[in-house]
Amino acid sequence: MAINPMHQFNIYRIGPEIKLGEVDISFTNSSLFMVISSLAILILFNLGTKKNYLIPNKIQLLAELSYGFISKMISDTAGSKAKPYFAFIFSLFMFVLFCNMIGMIPYSFTVTSHIIVTFVLAAFIFIGVTIIGFIKHGVGYLKLFVPSGVPLVLMPLIVIIEIISYLSRPVSLSVRLFANMLAGHTMMKVFGGFVISLGIVGGWLPLSFSVALTGLEILVAFLQAYVFAILTCIYLNDALNLHH
Amino acid sequence: MELEAAKMIGAGLAAIALAGAGVGIGIIFGHYLSGAMRNPSAAQKQFPNLLLGFALAEATGLFGLVVALIILFAF
Repeated sequence: MAINPMHQFNIYRIGPEIKLGEVDISFTNSSLFMVISSLAILILFNLGTKKNYLIPNKIQLLAELSYGFISKMISDTAGSKAKPYFAFIFSLFMFVLFCNMIGMIPYSFTVTSHIIVTFVLAAFIFIGVTIIGFIKHGVGYLKLFVPSGVPLVLMPLIVIIEIISYLSRPVSLSVRLFANMLAGHTMMKVFGGFVISLGIVGGWLPLSFSVALTGLEILVAFLQAYVFAILTCIYLNDALNLHH
Repeated sequence: MELEAAKMIGAGLAAIALAGAGVGIGIIFGHYLSGAMRNPSAAQKQFPNLLLGFALAEATGLFGLVVALIILFAF
C-alpha cells in the first residue's frame, strides 16, 4: 500500500464553518496545533517562574536556560540597543521551536510546514524592522542601501542589488523554515513507506535510516528556530545600529 | 514533448540544487574542523556559528525542492 507522503500536510476543518464575509476563518487542525504549542509555552514558563528557588528545579532550570540563551544571542548579534525587543524575539523563537518540536510527534501536525504561516511571521518581522529603522534614523535609514567605500562607478548597481536583497528578506526567511520542515517530514514519510513496502526481509535498513533521520530532524527543528531568531536579530541590528 | 513529461524532467532537474548544498555543507564542516585542529581552544566559541552556517547552507539546497514543488503542483 502506498501512502501519499504529502497527506500529512492536509488542513481540515475542526468544528463548525465560520465565515467572515468571503474569508473562511474556521478552526482547523493547524490552528489547533498553534493553540497547543502556545499553551505548552505558557504552561512551561508559568511553572518555571512561579516559585523562584535558589537551587532551581528542572522546569525552572529549563526556563532560565532558554532565557539566558536568547538574551546572550540578542546581545551578541544586535548589541545592547536591542534589549527592549527581547520579549518579541523570545516569544518568536519559542513559538517556532515548539511548533517544530510538536510536529515531530507522530500523527501530529507541523504548523511551520505551511508557507503561509512562516510568511506571515517573516512579513511581520520585515515590516516591523523597516518601521523601527525609519523611526530611529528617519530618511537616513536609506543609507542602508549605500555601503561606504564603494567606487562611484559601481554605485548604481550596488544600490539596486542592496534593495533587491533587502526586499527578498521576508521571502528567504520564510521559505528557509518552510522548506526545511516540509522536506524533512516528507523524507521521513518516504522512508517510513519503504519500511512497509520492503516488509520484514529488507525493512531493517530503511528503519534504521529513519531512526537516524528522526534525530537529524530534531536537530533541524531546533536549528531552524534558532536561525529564524538569529536572522531577526541581524535584521534588527541593521535597523538599530546603522553603519555609516 | 508532453507537458506532463516536461514537468517531471524539470522537477528532477531542480534537484541539482542539492549538489550545491552538499558542497556548501562540506566546506563549512571541513573548514571548521581544520580551524578547530589548529586552535582547539577557540573551537567551542565558534560552534554556534558552525550550526548557523550549516542551517543556512542546507536551506539553500531546499530552495531547489520548493522550485520542484512549484513546477509539479502549482502550474
